[in-house]
Amino acid sequence: MAYVPLADRDHEMEMHHPHSWVTKYVWSQDHKVIAVQYGSIAVFTGVVGLVLSLLFRMQLGFPDTANFVDPNFYYQAVTMHGMIMVIYLLTALFLGGFGNYLVPLMCGARDMVFPFMNMLSVWVFLLSVIILMASFFVGGGPTGAGWTLYPPQTTLAGTPGHDLGIILMLASLAVFIVAFTMGGLNYVVTVLQYRCRGMTMMRLPLSIWGIFVATVLGLFAFPALLVAAVMMLFDTILGTSFFMPAIIEAGTPLDYDGGSPILFQHLFWFFGHPEVYIVALPAFGLVSDVLSCHARKNIFGYRMMVWAIIAIGGLSFIVWAHHMYVSGMNPYFGFFFATTTLIIAVPTALKVYNWVLTLWEGDIRLNAPMYFAIGFIFTFIHGGLTGLFLGNVVIDLPLSDTYFVVAHFHMVMGVSPILVVFAAIYHWYPKMSGRMYHEGMAKLHFWLTFLGAYAIYLPMHYLGFLGVPRRYYALGTTDFIPQSAQDLNATITVAALIVGISQILFFINIIWSLRNGEKADPNPWGAASLEWQTPDTPPAHGNWGDKLPTVYRWAYDYSVPGAHEDFIPQNTPESEEPTVQEEHFDPDQDKSLADI
Amino acid sequence: MALAVVIFVLVVVTVLFQFIQAVNGDWYFTDIAADWGLIDTTINITLWVTGAVFILVNLFMAYCVYKFRQKEGHKAVYEPENAKLEVGLSAITTVGVIAMLAPGLFVWAAFVNVPEDATEYEVLGQQWQWQFRYPGADGMLGAADTALVTESNPFGINSEDPNGQDDVVVNGPDMRLPVGQPVKALLRSNDVLHNYTVTQFRVKMDLVPGLISYLWFEPTQEGTYDILCEELCGIGHFVMRGSITIQSQADFDAWLAQQPTFAETQNQVAGNAAAGQAQYAACAACHGQQGEGNQALNAPKLAGQQAWYVERQLNYFKEGVRGGDGDTFGQQMTAFANMLTTDQDIKNVAAYIESLPDVPADSTVSGDIANGYDIYDRNCAACHLDDGSGTWYTDAPKLAGMSDWYFVTQISNFRAGIRGLHSSDDYGEQMVAMATAMADLEEIQDVAAYINTLR
Amino acid sequence: MSFFKTITSKPWERKGVIGGLRPEGAFNVPAEKVALVFFLVVATVVFSLFTISYFIRMELPDWQPLTEPSQLWLNTGLLVISSVLFQWARNISGDDSQRNLLSAFFGAGVFAILFIVGQWLTWQNLQSGGYYMSSNPANAFYYLMTGVHALHLLGGLWVWSKSAIRLISGADAKDVRLSIELCTLYWHFLLIVWLVLFAILSNT
Repeated sequence: MAYVPLADRDHEMEMHHPHSWVTKYVWSQDHKVIAVQYGSIAVFTGVVGLVLSLLFRMQLGFPDTANFVDPNFYYQAVTMHGMIMVIYLLTALFLGGFGNYLVPLMCGARDMVFPFMNMLSVWVFLLSVIILMASFFVGGGPTGAGWTLYPPQTTLAGTPGHDLGIILMLASLAVFIVAFTMGGLNYVVTVLQYRCRGMTMMRLPLSIWGIFVATVLGLFAFPALLVAAVMMLFDTILGTSFFMPAIIEAGTPLDYDGGSPILFQHLFWFFGHPEVYIVALPAFGLVSDVLSCHARKNIFGYRMMVWAIIAIGGLSFIVWAHHMYVSGMNPYFGFFFATTTLIIAVPTALKVYNWVLTLWEGDIRLNAPMYFAIGFIFTFIHGGLTGLFLGNVVIDLPLSDTYFVVAHFHMVMGVSPILVVFAAIYHWYPKMSGRMYHEGMAKLHFWLTFLGAYAIYLPMHYLGFLGVPRRYYALGTTDFIPQSAQDLNATITVAALIVGISQILFFINIIWSLRNGEKADPNPWGAASLEWQTPDTPPAHGNWGDKLPTVYRWAYDYSVPGAHEDFIPQNTPESEEPTVQEEHFDPDQDKSLADI
Repeated sequence: MALAVVIFVLVVVTVLFQFIQAVNGDWYFTDIAADWGLIDTTINITLWVTGAVFILVNLFMAYCVYKFRQKEGHKAVYEPENAKLEVGLSAITTVGVIAMLAPGLFVWAAFVNVPEDATEYEVLGQQWQWQFRYPGADGMLGAADTALVTESNPFGINSEDPNGQDDVVVNGPDMRLPVGQPVKALLRSNDVLHNYTVTQFRVKMDLVPGLISYLWFEPTQEGTYDILCEELCGIGHFVMRGSITIQSQADFDAWLAQQPTFAETQNQVAGNAAAGQAQYAACAACHGQQGEGNQALNAPKLAGQQAWYVERQLNYFKEGVRGGDGDTFGQQMTAFANMLTTDQDIKNVAAYIESLPDVPADSTVSGDIANGYDIYDRNCAACHLDDGSGTWYTDAPKLAGMSDWYFVTQISNFRAGIRGLHSSDDYGEQMVAMATAMADLEEIQDVAAYINTLR
Repeated sequence: MSFFKTITSKPWERKGVIGGLRPEGAFNVPAEKVALVFFLVVATVVFSLFTISYFIRMELPDWQPLTEPSQLWLNTGLLVISSVLFQWARNISGDDSQRNLLSAFFGAGVFAILFIVGQWLTWQNLQSGGYYMSSNPANAFYYLMTGVHALHLLGGLWVWSKSAIRLISGADAKDVRLSIELCTLYWHFLLIVWLVLFAILSNT
């Protein structure tokens, strides 16, 4: 098989020019349209998740005022909220949304490698969302087993949605994994194979590094969820005993014997922990680019930022059992997993330091994307530090399964990534739409979201210190929880309602600005990375007009001494540049991989 | 500018909040009641280290945002990296991590290794209640297996195992332990995952069906503490409560001696229906010769009700757990229940009632059956079963074919706090919480109407 | 450039075009092949996790090993032939002779179908012999792992059938060469997976 150089394929990319509205916006193979489709479906699902959270927060803050939130619905809402936010909102939005939009543009490609598979990915994703939403309308409703779906509880009569709900949930996850794999192979191969001339891996913006490593993590981690889901489906439908030991359901012994519930937990968290970084790494990458651009300064310590992303990605596969310190597994595992978990703190802390050092001696432009990015650093520091409590196995004993855990992970993988999502949407909005968003409204949106979210989660840590257990429909009476804890709960609910409602500002802003926003320059922020240098704004199908760009420098040439402007785009040649520096092409290199 | 100030203020607020709570706050760690002060020490070390990082990094960031905000004529400094600085910061971080991790692992080793002199007891979890077992004089717990669980042997203790015969069984959610004695809790589950948590002891561990997990502690403070389930175990998770009383060794021994051994529970004389018939005569006046009930006298139907439930309620009336303030009809029962002087009397009556023909009671309540089904199916069926037959396993009495008007008054009583809030009514408290699934009288009637279709 | 050298370079120091006149991928192979290799890694993770679960579950007391039917040896032979034929098709796909290519490629698929039919018959025999999926975890794992393997093979056959149709309808061998190569790679992978599964299942 002869190697087909990419340049020769250039003309082939013209294959799928859309001919009608339907092929342009519905069955589109353009990565930018697919990105918007992915993002819209994810955000729509996320709004469902948000509304669910407000409903169960009503029950927690003001018990029995919202009558239809009975115990059954409470557990269903909590479960669906968790699953929706982690998988269907954040994973899909960061990789399917931002990944799709930015990967070809930042790499200097015309599109993804396999545009048809990319299109398939978004429709299969939609199918998984439909299956998920269908579980709200079947008998018994959606599963209420907690988003971790621990057996044997998931399929027993005492759990809401134990019949159809859980089957639809598992089916939806399996379908989602198929969609993700199709998309994920695209992102990975595009980054590896379809970069434009001169775009070496180390010239890629950190956004791409984050998305790339997160996708690789996803490709290796989601199989664990798939395996667990398939085995659980077998247990449920076919009566096997992979995870099901001998148990009693409402007084009747069931036909199971010998299975291991802890095996499921290992599989689940072998997926579940990398999943945290599948969400976090793209956020790390995107926020790095937003910070660097608006600080008018290169991202500080680019190399170590890349290493940290890779190190975190690698380490994330050997820390999973820190979710299982009190699961009844062999307690000696605790020593190993506590150590690996706390080691992750080092590269993560380095990233935080470098973000802050990027601000140092910068020329910080305090607009809405920058507000969100700096807000992210603050919430991420908070969430990261509380992680050191829970990762340190012995502190997990009192705090596990309390509101401290809820507060921690919402801070670190709820609030923080969402702040990055907003930073990124405001930041790239001018390129995506050709219009500016409304700055004042965006800032108001920031203040309400940022301060509101902190008002929710800071007090919640203290409910955890106090020992208030999570996943309780009602606290009832205890000897150690004072009445004032209920006041705290009510405060949290009020803050949650404010934050929830204030998201309307965001939707108004991006929809209103589509028509009424100020016309945007092709590169309004003076950004150096490649996606801002497209000939058209918004970029046309094929991204680069007649000729693919050539890259001459890294993505962070901001405030270079001696330059006319405070940024130099990646595709600006240097005057003293030797015309073309030919490197000898040796087909014997990388032979090992070429011949697999 | 505003952002820098806000971040500064947030740091101050956070630190103040922590400080106030730690010194004298409502929302902070409970007073510790076990010998796990080392855990609290580890937490404090972590608080200091993370607190310092939180303050320093955020204040530095706020300073940067203030100092280097965009100004006319100002330009950023070009500095790709500073490897020395980055390595230095990583090194400091590593030191901080070690400072937190090392004591953590040291304390964890203490948790994993149970002291030799720890005595054992067993915690058994099932949906949605606790039971406990003590090893008896031989200090050994008998073998047990979920497959052997029956109504009369809820622990599934293997009757062939001689170690099990003298095991002391506590078939209820209240347990006790002596102060100052290290104990190892062996944790077992009959159905799903549960988690044995006493907040004041600082330690917790899951109960996993199919295996025995453990934790250990040494109670140091006498008192009574809540046992909570902290692993989601189904719809009744939040009502799975128990209590643990720490007392002097002498008090504990005295209490333990009063509890039945496994052998005693197996050798109990079953209720004698024939003997019960005579005593039932007093009941028949209101509840009817066939136990069919009489709404005019506020006497519910008894025939068909499960014996364990009848026994428990008679005991409750005798002990004043039921028939308290506000429960005017229940108060009438107290005198009658007191006529049954011994446990055996109660058993006999319950056995006689069980032998009566079960003819479904007349429907007296109407309502929206579809809505009733919805509420019942979502919230009630988990314990009372789909067909309303109830089961000892979840401590849920039979509902189908019983007096629907009585159902309405009792649910109303649970909602009003008239029934179920007595400290000894362990299972009634669960109903107080679950009854909120019915918002008002109308919904209670809807559910009653649905239950009427289950006969 | 080695991976280590790449990620330790200082991108801000070197300006200008790095590399040749044409854009280059990280690997000197078609993108489809890179994607397939990644997919094979993903599939390896799936099978590895099943295998690890198998060994963990095996340690629990209720395990009763399943005696694998001898027909599996025959099935294994079928899959080996299929793989060999694919290799042959790949080797001659550069030649001019279309005839051999067609029979090799076509035969490879047919033998793979025969393998699946053989697996199906094995399941039927086990079922009629009373080895139900729910009666023991060893049985369950047998059905599960062979089933997932067969499913992967079916996915491969779908791609194979598309290429076979193109070949029959007279497409130039050059156009399907990549497809043949990728099928071959995929089949070898599934053969190795099968051999490992077979070894594990029959030795425990």
